[in-house]
Order: sequence, then C-alpha cells, then structure tokens
Amino acid sequence: MKNKEPIILAVVVFFTLVTYYLVEPYAHHVMHKHVESESFAYADLPAITKTGDAARGQDLVMGAGACVGCHAIEAAGMPAAMEPQMAAASYGVNPPDLSNAGVIYDARFLTDLIKNPAHALKVEHKFDADKGQMHPMVGFYGAGGDIDQEVADMVAYLQSIAVKPEAVTPALAYENACGRCHAMSYENWTQIGTKPKFKHEKDSLAFDIKVLEYQDSIKTYMGKLPPDLSMYIRSRNEQFISTLVENPQNHLAGTAMPRTGVTADTMDKVIEHMKDAGDTKRHKREEVGKTVMIFIVIFALFALLWKKQVWRDLH
Amino acid sequence: MAHFTKATSVKDWLNQRLAIEKVEKVMASEYWIPKNINFLWAMGMVLVVTFVLLLVSGIFLLMYYVPTTAEAFYSVNYTIMREVGYGWLWRHVHGVAASVVFLVIYIHMFTAIYYGSYKKGREMIWISGMLLFIAFSTEAFSGYMLPWGQMSYWAGMVITNLFAGGSLHADGLVEWIRGDYVPAQAFLGRFFMLHVLLVPIAIMGLIGLHFAALRIPHVNNQDGEEIDFDVESKKYLNGDKAGSKVMRFANDFMSKDMMVVGIFLIFFFYLVFYNYGFAMDPVNFDPADGLKTPAHIYPEWYFLWSYEILRPFNIDLGLALFGFAQVIFVFLPFLDRSPNSVPANRRGAAFKVWFWLMLSNMIVLTAMGKLPPEGVFSQIGLVAAILFIAQWIALPIITSMEKKV
Repeated sequence: MKNKEPIILAVVVFFTLVTYYLVEPYAHHVMHKHVESESFAYADLPAITKTGDAARGQDLVMGAGACVGCHAIEAAGMPAAMEPQMAAASYGVNPPDLSNAGVIYDARFLTDLIKNPAHALKVEHKFDADKGQMHPMVGFYGAGGDIDQEVADMVAYLQSIAVKPEAVTPALAYENACGRCHAMSYENWTQIGTKPKFKHEKDSLAFDIKVLEYQDSIKTYMGKLPPDLSMYIRSRNEQFISTLVENPQNHLAGTAMPRTGVTADTMDKVIEHMKDAGDTKRHKREEVGKTVMIFIVIFALFALLWKKQVWRDLH
Repeated sequence: MAHFTKATSVKDWLNQRLAIEKVEKVMASEYWIPKNINFLWAMGMVLVVTFVLLLVSGIFLLMYYVPTTAEAFYSVNYTIMREVGYGWLWRHVHGVAASVVFLVIYIHMFTAIYYGSYKKGREMIWISGMLLFIAFSTEAFSGYMLPWGQMSYWAGMVITNLFAGGSLHADGLVEWIRGDYVPAQAFLGRFFMLHVLLVPIAIMGLIGLHFAALRIPHVNNQDGEEIDFDVESKKYLNGDKAGSKVMRFANDFMSKDMMVVGIFLIFFFYLVFYNYGFAMDPVNFDPADGLKTPAHIYPEWYFLWSYEILRPFNIDLGLALFGFAQVIFVFLPFLDRSPNSVPANRRGAAFKVWFWLMLSNMIVLTAMGKLPPEGVFSQIGLVAAILFIAQWIALPIITSMEKKV
C-alpha cells in the first residue's frame, strides 16, 4: 500500500497554517490601525535656517531667554530650584533639566519648541492661548535681535553642554524623554527619579508621599496618571511604541500625551530600556534557544534511527 | 496468603510482590497495536508529552506565583520573568504548551472523526476524550485568569456573565460564582484552586479512563479493518513479525511515537523561543484594571469557534446555541447512525462533505470569533454559526441514509 503520510501531513499543516494566519496576522491587521513611521524627521516643523553660536546661546539661555527661571541645568551648575513634586504642583509636570536636551531631542524640534511649545509638542488642542489655556512653558519672544538666530544659538548651546550621543545610555534616554510622566517600577524608576534604598522605613514612606504628590499634579495636568511602562514592550510592540512617541496624535487623536521630539537614536535607546525592563531575558532566551534546538534535533534524529531499526523486522 | 520464596534478584523480589513482568506485558510488550496506522495515531503520545511539559513547568511556576489580586501580576511578570532563574523559560513553555495542547487535541479529535474511531465499541474512548476536552478547557480558562492582566480580568468578567442566563438575569448566580460583584480576590483564589488542584486531578483521572477505554476495543486503524487481535498477536509471538497485522506497543509502536514526538518537539521549542506571541496575548501584559475595558475582548484561539456561535445571535438564543455547541461533540457516537466504521473518504459523498465542511467551518468560526463583529465579519459569522448547527441536525439523517460499504 502506498504511503499516505506525506499527504496527511500536508493536510494537517495546511489547516493549521490557515487557522494561524486568520487568527494572528490577519485579525491583528484588522483590529489595529497601522501607523507608518515618519522617520523622526519632524517634517511638519520649519526647517533650520541658521547656524547657532554656543557662546551667544549660553548668554541667552542664562539671561534673556529666561530658561533657567524654570529649568535646571545641572551640567552648567544650575540645580533645580524646587523638588520635583513642588515643581509639578506649580507647572503641572516637572520642567526637565536641560543638561542633555541637546542630544536627546531633535534640533528642528527644539528650535520650534523654544518659540512655540504647544505647536511643537502637538498639544494645541489642549492649550489654546485664545481661550486662555496657556501652556505652562512660555514661548521665547526674542531678545531684540533676529529671533531665528537667537533660537539657533540657544540650541547650539544646549548641544554643546550635552553628553556625546554614544554616551547616552538607554536609561538616560528613557528618564529624559519619558520618565517625568511614566514610572517604570520594575526598574525602580518613579516620576521623581530612581527610588533610593532607605535604611529607615519612614524615609522610604516620605519618598513615596512625594511620588504620590507628584502623581496628583500630573493626574490633573494630563487627565489621568500616565501608565507605568515596565511591561509595555510586551503589551504593545516596538513599532507601536516608536510611532506613538514620534507622533501620539497619529494613534490617539486628541490625546494629552505630547510629542516628545526625540531623535531616532534616542528612540532606539528608549526601546532598549523598555526591553531591559519588560523583556529582560531576551539575550538569554536566544542563547538557550539555540542550545535547546540543537539538542532536540539530535533527539529527533536518534528517535528516527531507533524507529527505523525497530520497524525493519515489522515489514 | 500468597507464597513468598527467598528472592533470587531484585527483579524477582519485585515480581513476587508487584508482578512487574506481568504488568510490563499488559501495559507494553503485549499491548497490541495494528500496523496499518499513520503518524496521526501518535497524537496521544504527543498529548501525554505536552501534558507532562505543562505539569512540570506548572510546578515550577506554582513555587513563585502569588494568588492575590495585588501581587499576581507582579509575581508573574517581575518575580518569575526576571528574578527566578529560568522562570521566563518555564512561563513560556507553560504558555505555549497550553496553546499547542489544544492544536493537538483538535488534530486528535478530527482524526477520530475522520477514521470513525468513536464507533463499534469505541464510544467510551470518544466520550472520555470529550470529557478530557472539557476538563482541559476549564484548565485553560482558569489558568488564563492567573496572571491577572487585562485579558484575564475582562475574559473572566465576560465568561462568568454568561451564567446570568441572558434574560433569566440570574445575577445572583454570577455573584455566587465570583464571590463578589466583579472579578476580585475571591474569584482569583477560586480559579487558582481550580487550576492547580481540582481540575488537574480530574484530568489525570480522565486520562486513566481514556486509556482504560482503549483496552477492550483496541486502537482503530486507518483502513477501518476489523482485526482479530488474538490470532494476529499469536502470529507475532510465534516469530512471524512481518506477517502479523499487529505489533507491540513497546518498543514497536513506541519507537514511532518517539519519532513523531521528536519532530513535534522541534516545532514546539521553535514556538517557545522564537514565536511565542500567539500564545501570550499582548493585552494580558497590562495589569487588570476594572475601569478600563480593552477595545477588543476575545478568548484564546481554541475557544473562538464556540465564542462565535454565541456572538451573532440575541443573548438568549446565543446562549442556548453556545450550550449546544459545548456538548454536542460528546454525542457524536449516537448521532452518527451509519453502520460503517471506515474512513470518511469511503463512506460516500454525504459524510465526506460533512467532515470537510465541519472542519473548514470551524476554522471560519475561529477566525470570525477573533475579528471584530462588524460588517461582513458578523454576517460571515452568522452564516457559519447557523451552518454549524445545521450540520449537527443533519448528521443523523445523512448517516442513516448511508449505504453499507
């Protein structure tokens, strides 16, 4: 009698694959809107026309630009004036330390942000100056000269004090770009910073209270507490997270989440950090996976040989 | 009392007390299997191996899992996935095996339907198998509650709501099952108990029954041939191994089982390490939140076909048909009125069409069960659900008209 097993196997594999295709790739394609990446070009923002001068930029940032009225710049010896929960109570969210803004954020984005924050952040639906809804960051109106040149100088200054791109760690990228709104408890990160180890429980509780106060402010500011991102690399996926950060309005029109204006390089590092938190054992998985696959193939080969030996007498 | 003599060896000592040689014969070397079978007959062993994988990985997970609503998500996603050595591996093995076990169960089931292995004395094999299917379904659902993610919570909400019985509004029954108004601590504790104790015990008992049900009618074969096992086994034992129509379970059939298991495990571990997403829904990596309903709530893929029988109708009719779909497979041996117990392709056009249509339609139902019930999908779902019911109503009629082959 002819061997029917190959055709039976083909039938089983066919129906299995059809089911898989319909339930997984096809169903997800229907259920989830696909958003194409804009390559972190920020093409909707005006192109940069001027070359900045860091020295003049420093004068502006420290002086007429009035940046340091709200922002700390630790790298330039300007510590934060208030604790984060106090700052959040005043501004809604803690204004970021600008030490590494020049490397974390895209230059084109920064250039527009300094002049018109709500526009660059894509939160004009929430902050409409005509209706008296002022963005907590006041735009820069110029220091008397060519405003575009002045902004370019400030951006050049921020770039000059930032660490080199290769020195930006995944954690640094996350903390700057996401960490003031999103906790990451599995990495011990709160919106006001990494929670230190305390010797006394009352100190630990005092820290927690500051976090809660901060969260109260941000709840009011954003409408809800932005989610903890510990497991987001598994609950969403790389493509979703990256296109959401690039332009939140593309996924969730009307969301309070601002566009953060990160560079493509920062985005990669943020993703890396999210993998460190939510897919910690990915390298181990690949390593063990290879070993197990080799083992199991050898097992299958021996099983095949054993079957052949046993069945030799049966035919 | 039995007469015991001084043992000549450890084996002899055990033999006198446990009759191990006899047990070995009954269970393995003189447990006769027909030779004309194909690799689909190894699905039983594949299921045993998968069940062992589930049991062993489950034991490791149980050591670290915390069944409280406050700690469950953390214990799974932080403690097990990050802190416990190889905890991530156990979890992925457990999650993937829970999904793959249903794929193999469905293959096993459709094999039995195709070859008529539920007829002529094999009814109890089928019935105990379908009881196992129900037990595995309960096990899968209760296990899905445990990570206490968004899909755990909302699937728990939807499925327990079914017990309200539609317009009967037996809300008290739903609260009684949950132990609360919504899925909460009592709910999680109960499903935890079901998942790690009561249902596994039931499964192990049913596996025993399923195996026992095989002893007297013996395993079916791919030609629907009636084999005289006494004559054929004598032929084998007298040395005519090639001429006999039967073979020993061990090592003869076992060697083929192991070959299929080996190939299956390549597929299985490929999924565990490189393609586990299908078995671990992304939505369940968000912690349970009773104030935030996910955009799409759907069960795991193996429940989708019956979910889709519930969905296209109004609540009362939907529930009734859903209940029908849950139990109807159990009655297959009595609904199939045909005198033939041969493969479907030899039973005439009617049953052949019935079989392939049932299989295809259940895949359609599965797909529609996941897709959002909108537009053409809900129409396809409705037609497929009606067709499913119609096929079962038609089965006794078309099979009683079947000619004896």
